Amino acid sequence: MAPLLSVKDLSIGFGKDDSVVRDVSFDVAAGETLALVGESGSGKTVTCRAVLRILPKAAQIRTGSIQFNDGAGSKELVHLPERDMRDLRGNQIAMIFQEPMRSLSPLHRIGNQVAEVLWLHGRKSEAEAKKEVLACFERVGFPDPERTYSSYPFELSGGMRQRAMIAMAMVAKPKLLIADEPTTALDVTTQAQVLGLMKELQRDTGMAMILVTHDLGVVANMAEKVVVMHKGRVMEAGAAEPLLSAPAHPYTKALIEAAPKIPAAAAPTDVPAQQDLILELNSVSKTYSMRAGKGWKAPSLIYACRGVDLHLPRGKTLAIVGESGSGKTTAARIALGAEPPDQGGEVLFRATAGADPIEVHEMDRTARTAFQREAQMVFQDPYSSLSPRMRILDTMIEPLEIHDIGDRAERREKAGAMLQMVGLGQDMLMRYPHAFSGGQRQRLSIARALMLDPSLLVCDEPTSALDVSVQEQILRLLEQIRDQKQLSYLFISHDLAVVARIADEVAVMRRGLVVEQASPETLFHNPQHPYTKALIAAQPEPDIHRPINLQLVAQGAGSPEDWPEHFRFSGFEAPPLVPLEPGHKVRCHV
Amino acid sequence: MEILRYAFYRFGTMLLTLWVVSILVFVIINLPPGDYLSNQIAELRASGQSAGVAKAEFLRNEYALDKPLWQQYFIWVGFMPGPHGFSGLVQGNFGWSFEFDRPVAEIVGDSLWLTVLVNLAAVVFVYVVALPLGVLAAARARSWVDYTSAFVGYLGLATPNFLLALILFYYGHRWFNLPIGGLMDPAFEGEPMGWEKVKSILIHLIVPTFVIGTSGASAMMQRLRANMLDELGKPYVETAIAKGMSPSRMLAKYPLRVAFNPFVADIGNLLPAMISGSVLVSVVLGLQTIGPTLLTALKTQDMFLSGFVLMFVALLTLIGTMISDVLLVLLDPRIRYEGRDA
Repeated sequence: MAPLLSVKDLSIGFGKDDSVVRDVSFDVAAGETLALVGESGSGKTVTCRAVLRILPKAAQIRTGSIQFNDGAGSKELVHLPERDMRDLRGNQIAMIFQEPMRSLSPLHRIGNQVAEVLWLHGRKSEAEAKKEVLACFERVGFPDPERTYSSYPFELSGGMRQRAMIAMAMVAKPKLLIADEPTTALDVTTQAQVLGLMKELQRDTGMAMILVTHDLGVVANMAEKVVVMHKGRVMEAGAAEPLLSAPAHPYTKALIEAAPKIPAAAAPTDVPAQQDLILELNSVSKTYSMRAGKGWKAPSLIYACRGVDLHLPRGKTLAIVGESGSGKTTAARIALGAEPPDQGGEVLFRATAGADPIEVHEMDRTARTAFQREAQMVFQDPYSSLSPRMRILDTMIEPLEIHDIGDRAERREKAGAMLQMVGLGQDMLMRYPHAFSGGQRQRLSIARALMLDPSLLVCDEPTSALDVSVQEQILRLLEQIRDQKQLSYLFISHDLAVVARIADEVAVMRRGLVVEQASPETLFHNPQHPYTKALIAAQPEPDIHRPINLQLVAQGAGSPEDWPEHFRFSGFEAPPLVPLEPGHKVRCHV
Repeated sequence: MEILRYAFYRFGTMLLTLWVVSILVFVIINLPPGDYLSNQIAELRASGQSAGVAKAEFLRNEYALDKPLWQQYFIWVGFMPGPHGFSGLVQGNFGWSFEFDRPVAEIVGDSLWLTVLVNLAAVVFVYVVALPLGVLAAARARSWVDYTSAFVGYLGLATPNFLLALILFYYGHRWFNLPIGGLMDPAFEGEPMGWEKVKSILIHLIVPTFVIGTSGASAMMQRLRANMLDELGKPYVETAIAKGMSPSRMLAKYPLRVAFNPFVADIGNLLPAMISGSVLVSVVLGLQTIGPTLLTALKTQDMFLSGFVLMFVALLTLIGTMISDVLLVLLDPRIRYEGRDA
C-alpha cells in the first residue's frame, strides 16, 4: 500500500540563494510517527512547512514531489491548486506550532478559534461544531470544556494553551498531524504530559504524525522512524530503535553524544564540616501582591519564595532547579541584590575567604559598587541581552567604564583577552552582535560578565536557548572558566540533566519552596520527594528503552494533595525541610 | 455590566479632567496683563469719553472683574454666586463677549455644531479612507499598490492644508461646479433647518472635509499598514492559514482585529489634532466654525469668549478620548479582563 505521505527529492531555496533543503526524501505510513531531527538551521522546519505549503513568501520549492495519499487516490501537493490545498489544511493535514503563547490569537475566544476549523471545512452547523469541540476539549484534558470554550488564550497556562492547539489540530480528525517542536516551550513535566497526550490521541485515531524536534529524548519517546537532518540534507534515516542505539552517521553520533545525560554512578560525596561560604541566603522569602483590579477585593498574594536557605561554598556550583513559577529566578535576583527579600530574610556575601560577610541588602553606595564588581550575571537569552546597536568592544568595556577601571588601551586589551578566553577571536571586537550565532553570543555574554573579574557568577538558564551541541560547548566553557578562575556559580535551570553535569549541589524548588536538596548523584539515584521524582521521570532520554513514566510525572507534578501522606501540606503550612542523611534534605514529615 | 461600570468610571474621570482644564484655561486667559475692560477703560479715559467709561465700569462690576482672581474663576465656572447669583458655565451661562458686545452663546451659536459637523466629517473621512487603503497596502506590501498609496499618502501629508484648499477650490469649482468657501449658501444663513439647507451644507462640506482629513488619513493609513505588517509576521497568522482559511478571510479576522486597536485608540488623538489643525483652514476657507472666532477672541483678549471656546475644544477632546477608551475596552479582552483571576 502506498504511504500516506511520500516526500521525494525535495529541494527548497530562498530567492536566488543556495537551497536550504536539498534532496530530502522520506515516507510516512498511516498511523506512524516520523521524527524530523536537527539543530536550528537544519531545514527541518522549512521541510515540514513545505508539506502544507505555508512557506514564507521568499521561499520556493525548487524540485521534488510531495505525494499525499488519502485513500481515495494520490495528490501531488507541490502542484495542487491553492484552493484545493486550503481544503486539505486543517482538515486532512493539521499542524501544531512551537509557541502556544503566540500561535493563538489573543483577541478571540479559544472555542471560536478551534471551532473555526469545523466551520471552515463546512461539515458542521454551529451547534454541532460546538458539541464536537467540547468533546475534543474533554479528550485533551480540559477539566471544564464549557469554560475553556469561552476563555481567551491569555487566561490559560502554557501547557493548557498547547492542549488547546492540539484540540484545534485534532478536531477535524486529520490523517496527518505535523507538530513543529510542540513541547520545546514547555516545562519538562508539562512536556511529558503533552507528549503522552499526543501519543494517546494518535493511538485512538490512527493518524500519522511528523514530529519536528531537536530533542533526541523526545524522539526516543515518540517516534517509530527518524530522519536526521543537518544543513538541509538528510544525514541518516531509519527506524528509531537501531538508529538511536547504534547510530551509523558521525553527525547522529555527535548529536546523541551532546545530549545531556543523567549521571550513572552514585558515589555520595562527603560534606566538609566547616565551609568557606561565598554566598548565604538565610530564610529568604518574597511575597508579591497582585493588584486585584476590583477595589473591594483584597489583593491576592503570590509567594515567590518561602523561607529559602541556600549556601554556596567558594569555588563550587549551586544549582536551583524548578519549573516556571517555582521562584528560582526570584531567588537569584534576591541573591544579586536586585530585589529586597521580605522582612526577616538576609543574604550574606563574602568577597574573600574568611572576610567579614556583607549583608547584600544593607549596603551603602560604595559597598554596593564593590559588590557589583564581585557578582555578575549571565542571562538566558543571548539574542536580547546584547545591545544590537553597540559594537562588541563597547559592550565589553562598558562595565570597566562604569567602575572606572584602567585607561582605554588597558580596557581594550582586557576585552581582547576575555574574548580569547571564551574561545572567540580578538578580531571580532569591532563587530555588532547580529554577526554572531546564538552560541557565540552566549560566549560574548559570559565574556562580558567576566570583564570585572567577579568571584560569583549567577547563570540564569544560560543554555536553554541554544542547540544541544552548542549547549554542550557552553557548559564545557563554564566549567573550564570556573576551575581556571576559581569562580563560584549560582546556576538556575529547569533542565535536570544540564544541572547534573555542572552542579555540586542541587536545590529543587517548587512554588517558592525548596522541596529537596542534595548532590546531583544523590538526587538522581535516591530521589525522595515526589516532585523530584516527577522531574527526573519527565526528563526525556535518548534511550528508547526508557520511556517516560507518565504516572510518576502526573503524581509528582500535580497538587500536593496527591503526594504520599508524609509529604502533604496541612493547609498553607508546608512540612519542614529535614536532613535525611548528610547533605540530603527533603521537605517531609518525619 | 462591567463595561457600564467602566464607562461610568471613565465619565467621572472625564469630569475631573474637565475641571482641571477649566482652571488651566482660566489661568491662561488671564495671563496677559490687564483685561479687556481695563484696557478699554484706559483708552476711553485717554480720549475723555466718560459715558463709555461708565458703561465699562458697569460691565466690570456686572462680570465681577473687580473681584480677586480666584473669585472670578469660581464665578465664571458657576461654583460661587456672582453679582447675579449662580450664573456660570455650569448653569449654562457662557458669559459676555466684550468685543462683539453680545452674549457668548449668541456668537458661537451655530458655529458650535458646525465645528462638530466639520470635524466629525473629517474623522469619518480619515477612517473610511485609511482603513481599506492601509489594509490593502499591508496585504500587498512591497508591490505597486503599496508604493502608490504610500506616495499619494506622503503627498497628502506634505502638502500644506491651505494650499490644498486653494487648489481644490479652484478645480472643484471649475470641473464640478463646487461652491467656494463657507459652509452653506449665504441665502440659508440664519434660516431654519430644511432639506435645501442640509443639501447646501453637504455640498459645501466636501472640500473642507477633504482638506482637513487628508493628512490625518495618510498618517493613519501608514500606521495601520505598519501595525498590520507587524501582525502578519505573528505565529497565529500561520496557525490560521494552516487551518485552511482563505487569505482575505484570515486577514479580516485575525491581524486586522489586532491592528484595529491602535486604530481605535487614535480617535482620541485625532479629534484635538483636527480641531486645532482646522482653525487655520477655517480662516482660509471662510468656514463658520469656532476656529476664526477663537482667533479673534484671543487677539483682542476677549476673555469670556476665548475661555468658552477653549473649554469647548477641551470638551470635544475629552469626549473623543473617552469614546476611544470605552471602545478599546469593548474590543480588547486583555484590557477588559485585567485583574480577573485566570
